[in-house]
Amino acid sequence: MDEALSLAILAAALTAAVVRDRRAPEAAVALAGAGLLVLVGVIDGDAARDEARALGPTLAVLAALLVLGAGCERAGMFDALAARMAATAGGDPLRLLALVFAAALATTAVLGLDANVVLLTPAAFAAAARARLPARPHVYACTHLANSASLLLPVSNLTNLLAFRASGLTFARFAALMAMPWAVAVAVEWFVARRFFAAELGGAGRSVPAPASSLPRAPLAVLGATLAGFAVSGPLGVDTAWPAVAGALAMVVVSPSAVRGVDLQLLAFVLGLGVIVRAVSDAGLGEAVNALLPTGGTLVALLAVTAIAALLANLLNNVPALLVLLPAAAAAGPGTVLAVLIGVNAGPNLTYTGSLATLLWRRVLRERDAEPPLGEFTRLGALTVPPILVGATVALWLALKAIG
Amino acid sequence: MRVLAWIVEGTWETAVDAAARLGGDEVTLLHVVTQETVDASAGALAGLLGRRRPEGMEAELAGIAEHAARALLDAAAHRLGRDARARVVTGRAEEEVVLAARDADYLVVARDSRHPGPKSLGKATRFVVDHAPCTVVLAWREGAPEGPPLPPHPG
Repeated sequence: MDEALSLAILAAALTAAVVRDRRAPEAAVALAGAGLLVLVGVIDGDAARDEARALGPTLAVLAALLVLGAGCERAGMFDALAARMAATAGGDPLRLLALVFAAALATTAVLGLDANVVLLTPAAFAAAARARLPARPHVYACTHLANSASLLLPVSNLTNLLAFRASGLTFARFAALMAMPWAVAVAVEWFVARRFFAAELGGAGRSVPAPASSLPRAPLAVLGATLAGFAVSGPLGVDTAWPAVAGALAMVVVSPSAVRGVDLQLLAFVLGLGVIVRAVSDAGLGEAVNALLPTGGTLVALLAVTAIAALLANLLNNVPALLVLLPAAAAAGPGTVLAVLIGVNAGPNLTYTGSLATLLWRRVLRERDAEPPLGEFTRLGALTVPPILVGATVALWLALKAIG
Repeated sequence: MRVLAWIVEGTWETAVDAAARLGGDEVTLLHVVTQETVDASAGALAGLLGRRRPEGMEAELAGIAEHAARALLDAAAHRLGRDARARVVTGRAEEEVVLAARDADYLVVARDSRHPGPKSLGKATRFVVDHAPCTVVLAWREGAPEGPPLPPHPG
């Protein structure tokens, strides 16, 4: 009974997030659902409070990232980046692709997946247009790297943020263990993109004069300082939330309107979802996942964990998939948590909307005007995702052996 | 004589120059906006599971695509230096071009790259060459490359 109710509420919250109807905002559904679970006693008040308290610092980092991203955008960083990439490419599509890769890696690592999709993808599109080059390779590279290059740092993806705390790793150690898997993922993306888009990358665009203004310095300096703060947070024994909040405050000083980047609805949704998933886990799903998830830490076990995580992420979406797997993975150790992250971060490139759930809903919405099948995107996913999942997990296994 | 020139980013100058040399009474510059790019980024937004507001951005991306298409055709018309019709359509490039070529006597197409051999044509260009219902003029950028010797005769 408890299990059925908590699963129904989880389904309602996720449906609200996919459907996005103004009459039932996902934040309200998630919070109301969490409240209901406390009220009927599926999860007791103390456990819910614990979960909320545990999520507090994660939400603070998330809010800080939103401010940092908004600050960069409002300071004109991404417009300047588009102009600079178009100029530096000098009409060479392959050079533009390399620049877009570099920008996507930096944006995703430091500001996260969301910033890449929302802020950098339009900039890559604009850069290609300015250089009179086909936009397709560059836009696809951005959307792909938003997922596959989000392995590197705990701040690169909301899933990493949520798992980071449970893994017990420091910021620097997380990055050290994930550096090799990340490098493998990026190398596969580059190798496949060059061949897949050979026709588009064979032409020549026009040379665009370099823009008079350079990239805005102040937001870049704030980002650099925040990153340095993250790196030393572990050795100093300071929670990563502190450098994150300090960086966000500095960004607000540099660009006051950045504070509007905070999305309270999103924070409320993640909070509610966290409590709901805790209830689902406690009610019995946790045990089922425990039984399903291999915990040995051998290469075969890690590959199986990655595969399960990727499959679940493709069905549900990355954040709920992670939340469902996290308690069992955290109990098994940091290696298993990182293998789950490889699956839920790199896996979603198989469908262009990141999961079947979202894809099906979009199909329903567009029933009449028959959305084009995006066969190309699916083919590109099929070529990159399996080698990345396997290669990155092997790299993780080696990294765990080497630095433990 | 009606000439249709397929204008693609990256190779448009080649197609325009070939069309200019060809002459003709009536020149149409055709550019196809592929919805796929906009859809892919809109899909990535949907994948954020409601974390951002996608509504505005889909329009922003479509706006960039439309603006880019117009700027490209303006540049092409300027380079052509004579009266021409400019047409932007949205859809699958190869299908739209073949469809539009029904009303043309000559279709001007630029090869995608200077790689000698079959690789000089991308998938869309290959389809157009195979299915165009009119005479096709296939142009090399900066003239034909000096390729390797011809492959041996099969037989």
